[in-house]
Amino acid sequence: MTDKYQKIVERHTPEENVMVNAIIAFITGGIMGIIGQLLIDFYSSYMHIPSKEATVCMLITLIFMSCLLTSLGFFDKCVNFCKCGLIIPITGFAHATQSAALEYRKEGLVMGLGANMLKLSGAVIIYGIIGSFVFSLIRTLVGII
Amino acid sequence: MIYLNAFLFCGFICMLGQIILDKTNLTPGHITIIFVIVGTFLDVFNIYDRLVLWAGGGALVPITSFGHMLTHGAIEGYNEGGVLGLFTGTLNLTSAGISAAIIFSFFFSLVFEPKD
Repeated sequence: MTDKYQKIVERHTPEENVMVNAIIAFITGGIMGIIGQLLIDFYSSYMHIPSKEATVCMLITLIFMSCLLTSLGFFDKCVNFCKCGLIIPITGFAHATQSAALEYRKEGLVMGLGANMLKLSGAVIIYGIIGSFVFSLIRTLVGII
Repeated sequence: MIYLNAFLFCGFICMLGQIILDKTNLTPGHITIIFVIVGTFLDVFNIYDRLVLWAGGGALVPITSFGHMLTHGAIEGYNEGGVLGLFTGTLNLTSAGISAAIIFSFFFSLVFEPKD
């Protein structure tokens, strides 16, 4: 009985096309990389910003675009289509912050927006800081020895 | 040439994330955190700096660069100010990204209504 049920379930679960998804993520992610490099070149050669500041400007521009498109409701459709092609770049970080902010806005400014804005991106910040602390401690200990 | 490298590197990382997402039960949040920790690890022996030189913006756009900047700031802080620098320098380079995300999403959420 359960075997039969399992077979029916297997037949009706939609087949996730791993190959197609991977190729879509590859192409969209690659385009994001090219946009990043183009923005760095634009800031450093046309606005004459030193390369280190140009990187920061590029990140801020991408975050701004991602926040704006998310609030216009356009970015969610793109994420549904390209998935990791937009989640892994810094746009995914901004998208998580912006969508949490929009969602919890109606629960109030302090307990809603303030408490929940960094729900998902807070995890990224916390584990990033913990990881970097541990690894830089290891690095400095190796340097001392 | 650097555009091709940027395309290949950034695309490869995104493809890796997509394959992990499809093959396992992890959520996108887990995958983002895994990539951040990989980024913090790769900076320990300056591997990621070489990748940035090779791929340019392609290595700076993915979330791994967030982890790379965290470790980079911490090590830079240690070289300048000793052990206290590990605490003061960690967020030095990433503060722009975090502040930008918070500021923009706060004001946009005041202006725009959520769309379903």
